[in-house]
Amino acid sequence: MEIPYTVQPRPDTGLYNAKLGIWLFLASEVMLFGGLFSAYVLLRTGAEPGMWPHGWLNVTLGTINTLLLALSAITTLLAWAACKVRDFGKFKFFHACTILLALAFLGIKSYEYHDKFIHYEIALSNGTFADGHLKEKSADFDLKKKTGTVTLEGHIVEDRKELMDLRTEEAKSVKHSELVIKAEDIKKMQNYGPWHNTFTAIYFTMSGLHALHILGGTLVIFYLWGPGSKMWKTDPERFTNRIEVSGLFWHFVDLVWIFLFPVMYLT
Amino acid sequence: MSEPEKTFTMQSQIKLCAMVFSVVVIATALMIWASFLPPHYTWATKVAIILTIATVNAFFVASFLMHLLSEKKLVYTVLAFTVFFVIGLAGLTVWAMNDFPIGTAVH
Repeated sequence: MEIPYTVQPRPDTGLYNAKLGIWLFLASEVMLFGGLFSAYVLLRTGAEPGMWPHGWLNVTLGTINTLLLALSAITTLLAWAACKVRDFGKFKFFHACTILLALAFLGIKSYEYHDKFIHYEIALSNGTFADGHLKEKSADFDLKKKTGTVTLEGHIVEDRKELMDLRTEEAKSVKHSELVIKAEDIKKMQNYGPWHNTFTAIYFTMSGLHALHILGGTLVIFYLWGPGSKMWKTDPERFTNRIEVSGLFWHFVDLVWIFLFPVMYLT
Repeated sequence: MSEPEKTFTMQSQIKLCAMVFSVVVIATALMIWASFLPPHYTWATKVAIILTIATVNAFFVASFLMHLLSEKKLVYTVLAFTVFFVIGLAGLTVWAMNDFPIGTAVH
Protein backbone atom coordinates (compact mmCIF):
# COMPACT_ATOMS: atom_id res chain seq x y z
CA MET A 1 0.00 0.00 0.00
CA GLU A 2 1.34 3.39 -0.93
CA ILE A 3 1.41 6.07 1.75
CA PRO A 4 -0.39 9.13 0.38
CA TYR A 5 0.98 12.68 0.32
CA THR A 6 4.64 11.90 1.04
CA VAL A 7 5.63 13.95 -2.01
CA GLN A 8 2.60 15.81 -3.30
CA PRO A 9 0.85 18.29 -1.03
CA ARG A 10 -2.59 17.43 0.28
CA PRO A 11 -5.18 19.60 -1.45
CA ASP A 12 -6.80 20.71 1.82
CA THR A 13 -3.63 21.62 3.77
CA GLY A 14 -1.38 22.60 0.88
CA LEU A 15 1.45 20.66 2.56
CA TYR A 16 2.76 17.14 2.30
CA ASN A 17 1.97 15.21 5.46
CA ALA A 18 5.44 15.05 6.99
CA LYS A 19 5.76 18.81 6.75
CA LEU A 20 2.52 19.43 8.59
CA GLY A 21 3.64 16.82 11.10
CA ILE A 22 6.98 18.50 11.80
CA TRP A 23 5.34 21.92 12.22
CA LEU A 24 2.88 20.48 14.76
CA PHE A 25 5.76 18.81 16.54
CA LEU A 26 7.74 22.06 16.56
CA ALA A 27 4.69 23.84 17.99
CA SER A 28 4.74 21.40 20.92
CA GLU A 29 8.47 21.99 21.28
CA VAL A 30 7.89 25.73 21.49
CA MET A 31 5.51 25.06 24.37
CA LEU A 32 8.09 22.85 26.09
CA PHE A 33 10.94 25.35 25.85
CA GLY A 34 8.52 28.24 26.47
CA GLY A 35 7.62 26.66 29.81
CA LEU A 36 11.28 26.32 30.74
CA PHE A 37 12.05 29.92 29.74
CA SER A 38 9.10 31.00 31.94
CA ALA A 39 10.56 28.97 34.79
CA TYR A 40 13.88 30.74 34.25
CA VAL A 41 12.19 34.17 34.43
CA LEU A 42 10.45 33.20 37.66
CA LEU A 43 13.63 31.88 39.28
CA ARG A 44 15.61 34.87 38.10
CA THR A 45 13.17 37.53 39.27
CA GLY A 46 12.53 35.64 42.51
CA ALA A 47 16.22 35.41 43.46
CA GLU A 48 17.47 37.42 46.40
CA PRO A 49 19.36 40.57 45.37
CA GLY A 50 23.00 39.75 44.61
CA MET A 51 22.42 36.01 44.73
CA TRP A 52 21.90 35.32 41.02
CA PRO A 53 25.20 34.29 39.40
CA HIS A 54 26.86 36.44 36.76
CA GLY A 55 29.72 35.39 34.52
CA TRP A 56 29.70 31.76 35.63
CA LEU A 57 29.66 30.50 32.05
CA ASN A 58 32.44 30.81 29.50
CA VAL A 59 31.29 33.40 26.92
CA THR A 60 34.04 32.44 24.44
CA LEU A 61 32.92 28.81 24.36
CA GLY A 62 29.28 29.87 24.15
CA THR A 63 30.10 32.14 21.20
CA ILE A 64 32.01 29.38 19.41
CA ASN A 65 29.03 27.07 19.90
CA THR A 66 26.68 29.75 18.55
CA LEU A 67 28.74 30.01 15.39
CA LEU A 68 29.09 26.22 15.05
CA LEU A 69 25.33 25.79 15.30
CA ALA A 70 24.67 28.63 12.84
CA LEU A 71 27.10 27.04 10.37
CA SER A 72 25.46 23.65 10.81
CA ALA A 73 22.05 25.21 10.11
CA ILE A 74 23.49 26.58 6.89
CA THR A 75 25.04 23.29 5.80
CA THR A 76 21.68 21.61 6.49
CA LEU A 77 19.96 24.09 4.19
CA LEU A 78 22.62 23.59 1.53
CA ALA A 79 22.25 19.80 1.82
CA TRP A 80 18.53 20.20 1.09
CA ALA A 81 19.29 22.64 -1.76
CA ALA A 82 21.73 20.09 -3.23
CA CYS A 83 18.94 17.50 -3.22
CA LYS A 84 16.62 19.98 -4.94
CA VAL A 85 19.12 20.50 -7.76
CA ARG A 86 19.77 16.72 -7.86
CA ASP A 87 23.41 16.86 -6.77
CA PHE A 88 23.80 13.88 -4.46
CA GLY A 89 27.56 14.36 -4.00
CA LYS A 90 27.08 17.86 -2.59
CA PHE A 91 24.26 16.61 -0.38
CA LYS A 92 26.64 14.04 1.11
CA PHE A 93 29.30 16.68 1.66
CA PHE A 94 27.05 19.27 3.32
CA HIS A 95 25.32 16.77 5.56
CA ALA A 96 28.67 15.34 6.64
CA CYS A 97 29.65 18.91 7.60
CA THR A 98 26.43 19.22 9.63
CA ILE A 99 27.22 16.05 11.54
CA LEU A 100 30.79 17.16 12.28
CA LEU A 101 29.66 20.62 13.42
CA ALA A 102 27.01 19.07 15.66
CA LEU A 103 29.59 16.75 17.22
CA ALA A 104 31.91 19.72 17.79
CA PHE A 105 29.05 21.54 19.52
CA LEU A 106 28.41 18.55 21.78
CA GLY A 107 32.14 18.23 22.49
CA ILE A 108 32.35 21.83 23.67
CA LYS A 109 29.17 21.41 25.73
CA SER A 110 30.63 18.32 27.38
CA TYR A 111 33.80 20.25 28.20
CA GLU A 112 31.71 23.01 29.79
CA TYR A 113 29.76 20.48 31.86
CA HIS A 114 32.96 18.76 32.94
CA ASP A 115 34.34 22.13 34.03
CA LYS A 116 31.30 22.63 36.26
CA PHE A 117 31.54 19.16 37.76
CA ILE A 118 35.16 19.64 38.86
CA HIS A 119 34.47 23.15 40.17
CA TYR A 120 33.86 23.05 43.93
CA GLU A 121 32.62 25.41 46.60
CA ILE A 122 33.71 24.34 50.06
CA ALA A 123 32.24 25.82 53.24
CA LEU A 124 34.99 25.80 55.85
CA SER A 125 34.50 25.44 59.58
CA ASN A 126 36.00 28.91 60.19
CA GLY A 127 33.08 30.48 58.27
CA THR A 128 34.96 31.23 55.04
CA PHE A 129 34.50 29.60 51.63
CA ALA A 130 37.05 27.99 49.33
CA ASP A 131 36.18 28.04 45.66
CA GLY A 132 38.05 26.50 42.75
CA HIS A 133 38.73 23.58 40.47
CA LEU A 134 39.54 20.23 41.96
CA LYS A 135 43.14 19.19 41.40
CA GLU A 136 43.47 16.24 43.67
CA LYS A 137 41.90 14.25 46.48
CA SER A 138 44.26 12.33 48.74
CA ALA A 139 43.85 8.55 48.73
CA ASP A 140 42.48 8.54 52.26
CA PHE A 141 40.10 11.47 51.69
CA ASP A 142 36.75 10.81 53.35
CA LEU A 143 34.45 13.66 54.27
CA LYS A 144 32.36 11.62 56.73
CA LYS A 145 35.36 10.18 58.58
CA LYS A 146 37.12 13.56 58.32
CA THR A 147 40.33 12.08 56.96
CA GLY A 148 42.66 13.18 54.18
CA THR A 149 42.94 16.37 52.13
CA VAL A 150 41.55 17.91 49.00
CA THR A 151 43.50 20.25 46.71
CA LEU A 152 41.81 23.04 44.78
CA GLU A 153 43.15 25.59 42.33
CA GLY A 154 41.20 28.57 43.59
CA HIS A 155 40.78 31.17 46.28
CA ILE A 156 39.11 31.84 49.63
CA VAL A 157 36.33 34.35 50.24
CA GLU A 158 34.69 35.64 53.41
CA ASP A 159 31.15 35.84 51.99
CA ARG A 160 29.40 33.59 49.45
CA LYS A 161 28.07 36.70 47.69
CA GLU A 162 31.61 37.37 46.47
CA LEU A 163 31.29 34.24 44.32
CA MET A 164 28.12 35.36 42.58
CA ASP A 165 29.28 38.10 40.21
CA LEU A 166 32.48 37.14 38.43
CA ARG A 167 32.32 40.12 36.09
CA THR A 168 33.20 42.74 38.68
CA GLU A 169 36.70 44.25 38.65
CA GLU A 170 37.21 42.82 42.13
CA ALA A 171 36.39 39.29 40.98
CA LYS A 172 38.58 39.61 37.89
CA SER A 173 41.58 40.66 39.95
CA VAL A 174 41.41 37.64 42.25
CA LYS A 175 44.56 35.51 42.14
CA HIS A 176 44.11 31.77 42.24
CA SER A 177 46.51 29.54 44.07
CA GLU A 178 46.80 25.96 45.18
CA LEU A 179 44.72 25.34 48.31
CA VAL A 180 45.24 22.19 50.34
CA ILE A 181 42.23 21.72 52.62
CA LYS A 182 41.95 19.14 55.37
CA ALA A 183 38.71 17.14 55.52
CA GLU A 184 38.36 18.03 59.19
CA ASP A 185 38.12 21.73 58.22
CA ILE A 186 35.29 21.12 55.75
CA LYS A 187 31.71 21.81 56.77
CA LYS A 188 30.17 21.26 53.34
CA MET A 189 31.64 20.44 49.94
CA GLN A 190 29.68 20.65 46.74
CA ASN A 191 30.49 20.91 43.05
CA TYR A 192 28.71 23.17 40.57
CA GLY A 193 26.37 20.43 39.35
CA PRO A 194 22.62 20.93 38.87
CA TRP A 195 22.09 20.58 42.65
CA HIS A 196 24.33 23.56 43.50
CA ASN A 197 21.74 26.35 43.22
CA THR A 198 18.74 27.42 41.14
CA PHE A 199 20.98 28.87 38.42
CA THR A 200 22.89 25.65 37.85
CA ALA A 201 19.61 23.69 38.10
CA ILE A 202 17.91 25.67 35.32
CA TYR A 203 21.15 25.90 33.31
CA PHE A 204 21.66 22.14 33.27
CA THR A 205 17.97 21.48 32.63
CA MET A 206 17.66 23.84 29.67
CA SER A 207 21.06 23.34 28.09
CA GLY A 208 20.85 19.58 28.76
CA LEU A 209 17.46 19.33 27.07
CA HIS A 210 18.82 21.36 24.17
CA ALA A 211 21.89 19.12 23.94
CA LEU A 212 19.59 16.06 23.85
CA HIS A 213 17.78 17.66 20.92
CA ILE A 214 21.12 18.16 19.19
CA LEU A 215 22.01 14.53 19.84
CA GLY A 216 18.65 13.29 18.54
CA GLY A 217 18.85 15.52 15.48
CA THR A 218 22.38 14.36 14.77
CA LEU A 219 21.30 10.70 14.88
CA VAL A 220 18.48 11.39 12.41
CA ILE A 221 20.77 13.37 10.12
CA PHE A 222 23.37 10.60 10.34
CA TYR A 223 20.74 8.04 9.36
CA LEU A 224 19.66 10.15 6.38
CA TRP A 225 23.28 10.68 5.40
CA GLY A 226 24.17 6.98 5.71
CA PRO A 227 21.75 4.04 5.44
CA GLY A 228 18.66 6.21 4.85
CA SER A 229 20.18 7.77 1.74
CA LYS A 230 19.37 4.60 -0.23
CA MET A 231 15.98 6.18 -0.86
CA TRP A 232 17.69 8.69 -3.15
CA LYS A 233 17.91 5.97 -5.82
CA THR A 234 14.27 4.88 -5.60
CA ASP A 235 12.37 8.04 -4.66
CA PRO A 236 14.54 11.19 -4.73
CA GLU A 237 11.64 13.61 -4.20
CA ARG A 238 10.47 11.87 -1.05
CA PHE A 239 14.06 11.74 0.16
CA THR A 240 14.40 15.49 -0.47
CA ASN A 241 11.29 16.05 1.64
CA ARG A 242 12.80 14.01 4.46
CA ILE A 243 15.88 16.23 4.33
CA GLU A 244 13.64 19.30 4.45
CA VAL A 245 11.76 18.01 7.49
CA SER A 246 14.93 17.09 9.39
CA GLY A 247 16.31 20.51 8.41
CA LEU A 248 13.30 22.28 9.90
CA PHE A 249 13.91 20.47 13.18
CA TRP A 250 17.57 21.43 13.04
CA HIS A 251 16.77 25.11 12.44
CA PHE A 252 14.41 25.03 15.40
CA VAL A 253 17.20 23.70 17.60
CA ASP A 254 19.35 26.58 16.34
CA LEU A 255 16.55 29.04 17.18
CA VAL A 256 16.36 27.75 20.75
CA TRP A 257 20.10 28.26 21.13
CA ILE A 258 19.79 31.82 19.78
CA PHE A 259 17.80 32.61 22.94
CA LEU A 260 19.51 30.20 25.30
CA PHE A 261 22.97 31.66 24.69
CA PRO A 262 22.18 35.30 25.64
CA VAL A 263 19.86 34.31 28.49
CA MET A 264 22.32 31.94 30.16
CA TYR A 265 25.71 33.38 29.21
CA LEU A 266 25.16 37.11 28.80
CA THR A 267 22.40 38.41 31.07
CA MET B 1 10.10 25.98 1.13
CA SER B 2 7.84 26.96 -1.71
CA GLU B 3 10.38 28.90 -3.71
CA PRO B 4 9.67 29.08 -7.45
CA GLU B 5 11.65 26.32 -9.17
CA LYS B 6 13.04 28.64 -11.87
CA THR B 7 14.91 30.89 -9.43
CA PHE B 8 16.15 27.99 -7.32
CA THR B 9 19.87 27.48 -7.82
CA MET B 10 22.68 26.41 -5.55
CA GLN B 11 24.22 29.84 -6.05
CA SER B 12 21.12 31.67 -4.83
CA GLN B 13 21.00 29.46 -1.73
CA ILE B 14 24.67 30.08 -0.96
CA LYS B 15 24.09 33.84 -1.18
CA LEU B 16 21.11 33.53 1.14
CA CYS B 17 23.14 31.48 3.62
CA ALA B 18 26.01 33.99 3.55
CA MET B 19 23.56 36.79 4.35
CA VAL B 20 21.97 34.89 7.26
CA PHE B 21 25.34 33.82 8.66
CA SER B 22 26.55 37.44 8.54
CA VAL B 23 23.45 38.48 10.50
CA VAL B 24 24.11 35.78 13.10
CA VAL B 25 27.75 36.85 13.50
CA ILE B 26 26.87 40.55 13.80
CA ALA B 27 23.98 39.84 16.19
CA THR B 28 26.17 37.64 18.39
CA ALA B 29 28.89 40.30 18.50
CA LEU B 30 26.34 42.99 19.38
CA MET B 31 24.81 40.90 22.15
CA ILE B 32 28.22 40.28 23.71
CA TRP B 33 29.03 43.99 23.43
CA ALA B 34 25.72 44.89 25.10
CA SER B 35 26.34 42.47 27.94
CA PHE B 36 29.63 44.24 28.74
CA LEU B 37 28.17 47.77 28.78
CA PRO B 38 29.32 49.80 31.79
CA PRO B 39 27.41 49.51 35.10
CA HIS B 40 25.47 52.76 34.67
CA TYR B 41 23.33 50.89 32.14
CA THR B 42 20.83 49.01 34.28
CA TRP B 43 20.46 45.27 34.09
CA ALA B 44 16.94 45.72 32.63
CA THR B 45 18.31 47.95 29.83
CA LYS B 46 20.98 45.41 28.95
CA VAL B 47 18.47 42.55 28.93
CA ALA B 48 16.10 44.56 26.72
CA ILE B 49 18.89 45.33 24.22
CA ILE B 50 20.17 41.74 24.18
CA LEU B 51 16.74 40.15 23.78
CA THR B 52 15.80 42.59 21.01
CA ILE B 53 18.94 41.62 19.09
CA ALA B 54 18.26 37.92 19.74
CA THR B 55 14.72 38.35 18.40
CA VAL B 56 15.97 40.01 15.20
CA ASN B 57 18.52 37.20 14.84
CA ALA B 58 15.80 34.58 15.32
CA PHE B 59 13.59 36.37 12.78
CA PHE B 60 16.27 36.02 10.10
CA VAL B 61 16.88 32.35 10.85
CA ALA B 62 13.16 31.51 10.88
CA SER B 63 12.31 33.64 7.84
CA PHE B 64 15.11 32.59 5.54
CA LEU B 65 16.50 29.26 6.70
CA MET B 66 13.07 27.85 7.65
CA HIS B 67 11.47 29.76 4.74
CA LEU B 68 8.72 31.03 6.99
CA LEU B 69 8.26 34.10 4.80
CA SER B 70 6.73 31.96 2.09
CA GLU B 71 4.88 29.22 3.95
CA LYS B 72 1.33 27.95 3.65
CA LYS B 73 -1.50 29.52 5.65
CA LEU B 74 -1.93 26.42 7.80
CA VAL B 75 1.63 26.72 9.14
CA TYR B 76 0.98 30.34 10.15
CA THR B 77 -2.25 29.27 11.84
CA VAL B 78 -0.46 26.58 13.85
CA LEU B 79 2.26 29.05 14.85
CA ALA B 80 -0.27 31.76 15.76
CA PHE B 81 -1.96 29.37 18.20
CA THR B 82 1.45 28.38 19.61
CA VAL B 83 2.53 31.98 20.16
CA PHE B 84 -0.83 32.80 21.76
CA PHE B 85 -0.58 29.93 24.25
CA VAL B 86 3.11 30.47 25.07
CA ILE B 87 2.57 34.16 25.73
CA GLY B 88 -0.64 33.39 27.62
CA LEU B 89 0.87 30.75 29.88
CA ALA B 90 4.10 32.66 30.52
CA GLY B 91 2.26 35.94 31.00
CA LEU B 92 -0.30 34.52 33.42
CA THR B 93 2.43 32.86 35.47
CA VAL B 94 4.53 36.00 35.70
CA TRP B 95 1.43 38.11 36.38
CA ALA B 96 0.42 35.87 39.29
CA MET B 97 3.86 35.27 40.78
CA ASN B 98 3.44 37.77 43.61
CA ASP B 99 -0.24 37.15 44.09
CA PHE B 100 -0.43 35.58 47.55
CA PRO B 101 -3.63 35.12 49.57
CA ILE B 102 -4.22 37.78 52.26
CA GLY B 103 -2.40 36.87 55.45
CA THR B 104 0.38 34.84 53.80
CA ALA B 105 3.57 35.11 55.87
CA VAL B 106 6.47 36.47 53.80
CA HIS B 107 9.97 35.53 55.00
